[in-house]
Amino acid sequence: MEITTDDYQVGYIPETATFKYQGFLRLNGMEAYQPIIDLMLNQIQPHEKMTLDLRELEFLNSSGISMLSMFVVKVRQMENVQLILLGSNQVLWQTKSLKNLQRLMPSLKLEFS
Amino acid sequence: MMSSSSLQVFGESFEENQVSEEYLTLHFSPSSKARTQRWKNYGLSADFLGDYFANFFPGETIPGSQIDRRETVRAMVSYVANELIENAMKYSDKTVNLPVTISLYLYDTNVMFTIENYIDRPTSERYQAFIQELLASDREELYTRQLEKAALGQGQSAMGLLTTIQDYSARLGWKFQIVPDQPHVIWATTMAQLEV
Repeated sequence: MEITTDDYQVGYIPETATFKYQGFLRLNGMEAYQPIIDLMLNQIQPHEKMTLDLRELEFLNSSGISMLSMFVVKVRQMENVQLILLGSNQVLWQTKSLKNLQRLMPSLKLEFS
Repeated sequence: MMSSSSLQVFGESFEENQVSEEYLTLHFSPSSKARTQRWKNYGLSADFLGDYFANFFPGETIPGSQIDRRETVRAMVSYVANELIENAMKYSDKTVNLPVTISLYLYDTNVMFTIENYIDRPTSERYQAFIQELLASDREELYTRQLEKAALGQGQSAMGLLTTIQDYSARLGWKFQIVPDQPHVIWATTMAQLEV
């Protein structure tokens, strides 16, 4: 279950309830992110936890940040889901922008490596 | 309403920095026909600006960061340039055949972007209203409110400009002028300065 293009890849690993993102995501507005949002929203189940592994995502534009915020708010509405974001200390946008998603969901866990 | 002859200026001053011997300028055509095909080129252009200007900086370590100065400059310039280009293309008046222009100037401790586009009056008025709200607001509070708005899919969130301020400490300034022979068209310039 994945979306693959020349620029990016988004995949879902059901065994660990993990989304994995790679490459450069700078799509043209929220409409262009809809297939990725749909892929993500379709997997929200009452799991114990879900993980977004962003470590290999080198670029995300602001529409992509909005896409992540949309997912975070959907998860926030389900009280029994714990959300973990995996970020890289080597990728500047992740060190700058990911912490802001905790404003939407203070229980969101950020793990940098 | 904008008066017919006036220059409108908001935010940071443009003028203090204007002379630099190192700068690059890129022009884009906002014609609607080509927009979809050209979208990828905007990202490539932003990356080119990042790569080009990063090359002026040493790869020294930055205290408290695992990312060296050259890579930090590259990633900052690339992100901010991409957001400025995306916004300018999105809001340009496609009915006038005038280009979008981005310039990036290099200084000792900062870089300055200017991006110019041509927009219709309603777009200009909405943009100026947002700028006035931005300048009058607590930045953190506005950022959180707009992020929530984006998360709920409630229309224009201006996350592009807000992330450049919140995450990259960009200092922004704006100029709006009427195009002399096309008074329904506004020449908008957005300026962003980043410490590097």
